[in-house]
Amino acid sequence: MMERPDLKQALGRLLGPAGPEVGCDECFDQLDRYVELELAGQDADAAIPGLRAHLAGCPACREEHESLRALVGGEQAL
Amino acid sequence: MRALNAATVGLVEPVSPLPTLPPAAPSLDADSREWLRCLHADDATREEAIARLHALLMRAARFEVARRRPTLPHLRGDELEDIATEAADDALMSVLRRLDDFRGASRFTTWAYKFALLEAAVKLRKRSWQGREVPLEPEGWGLFSSAGLEPDAEAEQSELLETLQSAIAQVLTPHQRRVLVALALNGVPIDVLAERLNTNRGALYKTLHDARRKLRTHLQGRGLALDNWLEEKR
Repeated sequence: MMERPDLKQALGRLLGPAGPEVGCDECFDQLDRYVELELAGQDADAAIPGLRAHLAGCPACREEHESLRALVGGEQAL
Repeated sequence: MRALNAATVGLVEPVSPLPTLPPAAPSLDADSREWLRCLHADDATREEAIARLHALLMRAARFEVARRRPTLPHLRGDELEDIATEAADDALMSVLRRLDDFRGASRFTTWAYKFALLEAAVKLRKRSWQGREVPLEPEGWGLFSSAGLEPDAEAEQSELLETLQSAIAQVLTPHQRRVLVALALNGVPIDVLAERLNTNRGALYKTLHDARRKLRTHLQGRGLALDNWLEEKR
């Protein structure tokens, strides 16, 4: 099948993640723990099921995850 | 339901209940323990700790502003600094209000940072859409050109898009349709839509989630193999 990246991305946004996911509330509550597990090289997805799927489906929570990871990761690198 | 900040983002119910395990008997690290001791003190120690906490939150808010600055060329430096300060102020109130929620699942500073990042991000999203109309009707179907596709692929894409548009029009409730179209098709930030519809991020995401599930079920019921169109491989 020919690659249709624009259509694929648009469909991804319309249909969202396939698996179960947490909501924005649970995502916010768990985000600090999730980021520290990630930065420690541990299996954050196994520890907090459904958060990765939520990040895939919610651009706002995804941006905040990226920011927290960058901020904390940057401090740890100093 | 706990309210994070009524002025910005209401916290939400989980979209679907998942067996999220609590951290196994977290023990506070020394730095986090010291933060809590000082913030719970009843003398000048507390005021000094609050000042340090505000400085920490200010650093996080400025970090978020700096990350987003390239997408906000119309905002002056002093406006951005004002937004960072407001975000740090609001985050400080949230952190102090929810101090007893901190259980040591992460370091205290990581826990506190997320409040400032959230406040700054929400304020910047709203600011970037200030004065703009929020599109609630589909605008983007024409973007998916079939130019260059083989005839079979073109027919397949047309069938998918027609089925999808039909499903959005017929399967979803009017509210689900508005939310899905605005967020997923027209790219309206969820916090901006929440403000315009006088609701919160969590409630909107729940609506979006339910709409997505309905669409998936409908499309699969029509025999469309979504795996071929998405990056989902089982």
